[in-house]
Amino acid sequence: MRFLFKTDYAQDTRLFPFGGTKRFWSGLALYAAILVALAHYAPVALTSTHWLGLAIVYAVAFGAVLLRQNADGEGGHAAFWYGLLGVAALSAPFVLDLYFLSQITFVYVYAIAGVGLILLLGMCGQISLGHAAFMACGAYTAALLQAQGFDLLVTLPAAILLSALLGVVIGLPALRMTGIYLAFATYAFAFIVEEVLARWDGLTGGNMGFVLSDPSILGYTFDSEQKMYYLAMVLFALTLLAGLNIRRSSTGRAFMAIRDSETAAEAMGVNLAVYKTTAFAISAGMAGLAGAVYAHLLFFISPEGFTILLSINLLVLAVIGGLASMHGAIFGAAFIVVLPQLISLTKDSLPPVVGQLPGLESGIFGLVIILFVILEPMGLHGRWMKIKTYFQLFPLYKRGTFRRQKSYMVSEKNR
Amino acid sequence: MDRVLGRIWWLLSASAVIAFFSPPVLWLFGVMDGAQLTQYLQQVVSGTANGCVYALVALGIVLIYKATETINFAQGELMMVGAFLAFTFITMYGLNFWLGAALAVAGGVLFGMATDRAIIRPVVGQPVFAIVMVTLGFGFVIRAVVSMVPGWGTDTYALATPFSGADLRLGALVVSQDYAAIIASTVVLCGFLFLFFRYTRLGVAMEASSENQLAAYYMGIPVKRVYTLIWGLSAGVAAFAGLLLAPITFIHTQMGFGVIFKAFPAAILGGFGSIPGAIVGGLIIGIVEALAGFYLPEGFKDVAAYVVLLIVLLLKPEGIFGRVVVKKV
Repeated sequence: MRFLFKTDYAQDTRLFPFGGTKRFWSGLALYAAILVALAHYAPVALTSTHWLGLAIVYAVAFGAVLLRQNADGEGGHAAFWYGLLGVAALSAPFVLDLYFLSQITFVYVYAIAGVGLILLLGMCGQISLGHAAFMACGAYTAALLQAQGFDLLVTLPAAILLSALLGVVIGLPALRMTGIYLAFATYAFAFIVEEVLARWDGLTGGNMGFVLSDPSILGYTFDSEQKMYYLAMVLFALTLLAGLNIRRSSTGRAFMAIRDSETAAEAMGVNLAVYKTTAFAISAGMAGLAGAVYAHLLFFISPEGFTILLSINLLVLAVIGGLASMHGAIFGAAFIVVLPQLISLTKDSLPPVVGQLPGLESGIFGLVIILFVILEPMGLHGRWMKIKTYFQLFPLYKRGTFRRQKSYMVSEKNR
Repeated sequence: MDRVLGRIWWLLSASAVIAFFSPPVLWLFGVMDGAQLTQYLQQVVSGTANGCVYALVALGIVLIYKATETINFAQGELMMVGAFLAFTFITMYGLNFWLGAALAVAGGVLFGMATDRAIIRPVVGQPVFAIVMVTLGFGFVIRAVVSMVPGWGTDTYALATPFSGADLRLGALVVSQDYAAIIASTVVLCGFLFLFFRYTRLGVAMEASSENQLAAYYMGIPVKRVYTLIWGLSAGVAAFAGLLLAPITFIHTQMGFGVIFKAFPAAILGGFGSIPGAIVGGLIIGIVEALAGFYLPEGFKDVAAYVVLLIVLLLKPEGIFGRVVVKKV
């Protein structure tokens, strides 16, 4: 657990870089503005319980931000914005209708799996076409244990552990192969797992699927959309924190060394076998957690929900979101969830001749992926960084700052 | 460790080859009766025919990978486009089969070249993941566009060939002429490709630019044009595969997606980047699938190919014909 809670390194490894007091106070005004806007424009009438909840949420966020700044006189700026984001996320169930709320919940779930995949692909450089199998493992573990009467305190850790174990097994080929070989070795494993789930109908219900009931912790049942939203949010926050801390730990640096050059990493004393297996285990554990929550959200799981298409979707998530940073996971997850909705929304407003074409959705999906990679190969997070840099350097931004260097292909044959 | 795995590899592969060829011997010694042997051979022939299609799609993937280091996930869709073109020319326009087939392959070649110029050229030099994502997205787009073309759509179609319905009798063994045609034309095409890469200037230029892009450029090879031609060649082979696959399955928008997840394992099994490897890999996958589908319980048909892939990769991570290049510091 040492990497989970290692938060006090030197300046360069701080989670929240310092921005300045001016921004802090201007942001404080924003909090107030949001509060006023909430009171005026909330679609549901806010009762006193709502206000009490909001007040607690705000007090906690303020307290956290102020304490953080007062402790060592720095850390105000980024912590403030994260606090604001946290408040927005915490107050979402009060203002959004159930449909949007459940969509955001799905964003969190995909983002949990996305953090895992970015950790594996972006940080350690190991590709996996088998993440659907990890999600399936987590989902079925949670479902089967719940059917035995266990609550989330048992099912979630069990889902994580079993998926991580499966990750170690699937990651074994990674010790001897890379690139496309690894991709299809993991795919082969995932295909076999899917087939086992479909055929072992005594345990899993086979292709008929498996029905879940509301999850609960120590007698407290998550029986509404709002409660599930908070559950997914908390789990995502923990996953993201774990991901960020892993990156700053020696484990994360070993991953990055392996990604950049296995030969060099080995020469520096990184044990390739141990760290590659660890990367697969952590990533699979996160995917398993996502799978467990996913199962509880859908109330119904079947092997058809965990095919190669899900694995490809997760890869698209990671690449579109941006492999360079953990934040890419949330951007990519939002993209994966929002894009199909946007397409089906625009479909209704199009003339029926165009709107009713059978392949429209997947066609637009593919087109967006192509355009993204051609125009924005760093993903959504890369775009975000560019916008941020533009404003930070405001009058001095040069167009060439992020220009990509085109190079002659570096052959993978001689890796 | 490596030596032990190497020994196990030799032991396993040798026993697999022996097992594969043993039924005729068993029949000679009277352990197996004639009907069982015929059944076995029947499965081997149909597996070989399917394997030929996998092999050709895998071959296209390997050609593109060898030359440009692009992993093309849209190869199955190139095959599908070829099959739909053949359907258009032969069934919809009522052209002569041979003319229609030639036009379909030519159309496939042009489509491949256009793909290179329009889709792949802008991302050359980007990270490998990015290019893989582009080909994946392109596959989605092709499938969507094909399903929108009037007359194509999302329905399934059959393609009638001059061979359809007729059988070839070799003693007790009955082979559909479609299967025989697939196997024969694959052999001819592979021979043609071998001669092309060995003896023509263009073939040698393609080999050279796949070996070392920069050096080939310095030697006066127009690398960009060669790449476009390789995409054309590869898409042509894919269209040919589509033409072969159409009579034994049906033509529909998802046909490429099904084949691609057999063709990639085939290419990897043989050693990704090796042309003979792709063909051998395709044949192995096809035959294993057919035999497992016939002799093992239901559900093993699809899994068997992947189990074989995993075993081979665990014992020999570079594939059967793969080259091991160790980076020296």
